[in-house]
Amino acid sequence: MSTLETASEVVIRFAGDSGDGMQTVGDQFTRTTALFGNDLATFPDYPAEIRAPAGTRAGVSGFQLQFASHDIFTPGDLSDVLVAMNPAALITNLKSVKRGGLVVVNTDRWTSRDLEKAGLASDPLTDGTVDDYHVVKVQIGNLTRGAVAPHGVGAKDADRCKNFFALGMMYWLYSRQMEPTEAWVASRFKSPYKEANIAALQAGWSYADTAELFHHRIEVPRAEDLPTGRYRNIMGNNAMAIGLVAAANKLGLPLFYGTYPITPASDILHHLAPFKNYGVTTFQAEDEIAGICAAIGASYGGAIGVTGTSGPGLALKGEALGLAVMTELPLVLIDVQRAGPSTGMPTKVEQADLLQAMYGRNGEAPVPVLAPATPSDCFAIAVEAVRIATTYMVPVIVLSDAYVANGAEPWKLPDLESFDLAPVTFRTDPEGFRAYARDEDTLARPWVVPGTPGMEHRIGGLEKENITGNISYDPENHELMCKLRREKVQRVANSLPPTTVYGDEEGVVVLGWGSTFGVIRTAVDACRADGRKVAHVHVRHLNPLPNDLATILRRYDKVLVPEINLGQLVRLIRAEYLIDAIPYNKIQGQPFRTDEVMARIEALFA
Amino acid sequence: MTAPAVPQYTKKDFTSDQVVRWCPGCGDYSILSNVQSVLAEIGVARENIAVISGIGCSSRFPYYLSTYGFHTIHGRAPAFATGLKVSRPELSVWVATGDGDALSIGGNHFIHLLRRNVDLNILMFNNRIYGLTKGQYSPTSEQGKKTKSSPMGSVDRPFEPLSLALGSGGTFVARSVDVFADHIKPVLHAAQRHHGTSFVEIYQNCNIFNDGAFEQFTDKVAKKERVLYLQHGQPLVWGSAVRRGLVMRDMKLEVVELGDTYTEADCAVHDEHNRSLAMLLAAMDPNAGFPVAVGVFYQIDAPTYEDGVVAQAKASIQKLGTGDLARLLGAGDTWTHT
Ligand code: SF4
Repeated sequence: MSTLETASEVVIRFAGDSGDGMQTVGDQFTRTTALFGNDLATFPDYPAEIRAPAGTRAGVSGFQLQFASHDIFTPGDLSDVLVAMNPAALITNLKSVKRGGLVVVNTDRWTSRDLEKAGLASDPLTDGTVDDYHVVKVQIGNLTRGAVAPHGVGAKDADRCKNFFALGMMYWLYSRQMEPTEAWVASRFKSPYKEANIAALQAGWSYADTAELFHHRIEVPRAEDLPTGRYRNIMGNNAMAIGLVAAANKLGLPLFYGTYPITPASDILHHLAPFKNYGVTTFQAEDEIAGICAAIGASYGGAIGVTGTSGPGLALKGEALGLAVMTELPLVLIDVQRAGPSTGMPTKVEQADLLQAMYGRNGEAPVPVLAPATPSDCFAIAVEAVRIATTYMVPVIVLSDAYVANGAEPWKLPDLESFDLAPVTFRTDPEGFRAYARDEDTLARPWVVPGTPGMEHRIGGLEKENITGNISYDPENHELMCKLRREKVQRVANSLPPTTVYGDEEGVVVLGWGSTFGVIRTAVDACRADGRKVAHVHVRHLNPLPNDLATILRRYDKVLVPEINLGQLVRLIRAEYLIDAIPYNKIQGQPFRTDEVMARIEALFA
Repeated sequence: MTAPAVPQYTKKDFTSDQVVRWCPGCGDYSILSNVQSVLAEIGVARENIAVISGIGCSSRFPYYLSTYGFHTIHGRAPAFATGLKVSRPELSVWVATGDGDALSIGGNHFIHLLRRNVDLNILMFNNRIYGLTKGQYSPTSEQGKKTKSSPMGSVDRPFEPLSLALGSGGTFVARSVDVFADHIKPVLHAAQRHHGTSFVEIYQNCNIFNDGAFEQFTDKVAKKERVLYLQHGQPLVWGSAVRRGLVMRDMKLEVVELGDTYTEADCAVHDEHNRSLAMLLAAMDPNAGFPVAVGVFYQIDAPTYEDGVVAQAKASIQKLGTGDLARLLGAGDTWTHT
């Protein structure tokens, strides 16, 4: 009889062929765990190829999830348990498992042919590779076939249910309820696959129970320290889509999303496309350039124009972005960054588009740049981007990334009043109208939409005379306009709340941006628990930087800037403030691990 | 509520306060003047007209009209115009472009605009040369053209713009010529009446870099003998001193002289709704004895892109109700933490 133990946090990882349904079971485990009330964070790690050759290392798809009885910020570094559906999955994921961790392998897929496909000369189960782990061998395929046979499902289709068998075992191990997944399967599949998948799930559970595979069952109590309220589990790209719709809806304006499919941004399009009843138009353009140009055309017509892409698309959109700067029209551009340069590693995380976002256009073409810190923060960042774009009449770039976009976490639903936006007023009074007259506070020019009588005027990419908007080659005017466009962006900083400083008021401050929030916070907490004086400052506004940032950073002996690039924010900090900020970089298509960041912080005290 | 009556406009109402900066003698002047007259006649309030352009001599167009105007970036006008029209279907949207802007740098947007059939009018001024960048060959320049960038003659084979438009699924395809004063206006009116993307190629003389490009059929005498005016339901015949016609043989057009052997009755009759015929007419080679055809080559009724978008939005509201923020946020599985 297995004993029941309690853990405060657990990291679990599913790995298999990209056709093995690992993302599906990962999502299901996540959903069940969220409904139970744990805090959690997820990290899908999948290949770019939709179906790389089966059994190869290139085809391995993984899903990692950390869940806890307390507030957590990351999907965890090393996992407590790995479920590996074939040799390739085992060999590519073993390094992400804690020494002594539990490794469940599907020995059904363990012929010499399977080993060969994984590029293995010897069997890792017998050659010493897994000596430091607690290995449990299960004939998952075989057992699944047996379980689904009574439902009239043949061997080939039975094979496609084995992910649910694996999930059932994990549900038993971590004392999860099966009802949410059973209900989901029932709503998703038709007979006999509905019954077959549920049978596989239950068989996995029973097998773990009766075969006494594991020494103990583990229970992770629900997280009590989370703020009270209504929650849902949300992925970054979904939160971004909802944020855009919510912002446009609050303003009472239609949302136009012009885009060209690109990994890892396409899910924003998929999430927005069904929202037609919210006044959302999605336009799948012929290319990246048409995506942004159509969005600018829609903004010109009075909609909230948005375009979404990844790094390669940002490069293509540069010229049009410059036009939005010149014509001073609102626009939101979302770049879900991925590893570059060029095509790079499309499904892997990187933060290397910051300088492209800052400077990647011809001429002096400043734009506000924002970055979400966590999956659910994508909602707030989308609302903030729309606020800045419409208040200042500027294009705004949002730098999400593959990690934030595909990661998930519980999200406390914001109350509808908490994100009020200043209403947009289109100018309709022709009296004294000047196309480039400016608001005193924001320097914004009036937004006039075609169809407004008596205000017909022309705009375009040629330099404008301030106030009148007429074409001008006047030298002084050009300099004035360049400075005004910069000043307009700078003034955004006046509308930002004071920067939050987490932790100590002296010692080392770790400055981060984007998706590194969770790992930095976790590392800072750990170093402080070790008695170090450390603070964490996380910037969501990268251009302009917050007004109080320089003063805050100067309070500390050392400023460390971890980034998943070769040093981009650190360059801005050094250039803007003449602060001797220290870069800390990793560029492997993978997020930082907590121990890596901790070690780097520790080194600063040496 | 009835819409306010559209004022009685004159051409002057569509003239902007900007000094026109094309070279003296440029064919663009005549096109501008004709467009201004047409806009005064189409019964659309001035504020509801938007003219979108790309880059090039042609793309200065919006500055010289008193409508809403957007001078965008090279080749991309169709994309801006699509975004505008889809979000504001009630506007009358016009794209002013040239052979380089539409067919070279903007070729992709051009074909996709035609494929989608967004209800707007493309006026493409074809002068078969790059004017604004000072005289390089364009994608419609004849092969062997000597320019600054092709001193030994260009190696490129040219596009036939109407064939490209037809091949892209264009639902209205027409041609006129800058100096054909009586012809441009009716063609522009027809383009404006068409519900869908209207493509009008306008041969335009660039007297600085490609003077006389169309002279072989635009000068007084040649015009009479070499130009075929297409009219729906009328036989394909032309010429004054010598009357000629097109007969269809083996799925090909053939030029015949009218007289004892052939009469008008033997000639093919123009049918605007016949895409195959339009293709044959567009492909006629004036250097092989064929006439230069002008007028409406093809037009059919087809659903427009923006009508489809609006219909889906309506259907979605009917099915799901108008979007509600609280429902949006709380979608999917939620739980309450107490
Ligand atoms: S360069 Fe040619 S096309 Fe351009 S304005 Fe001068 S004459 Fe006209």
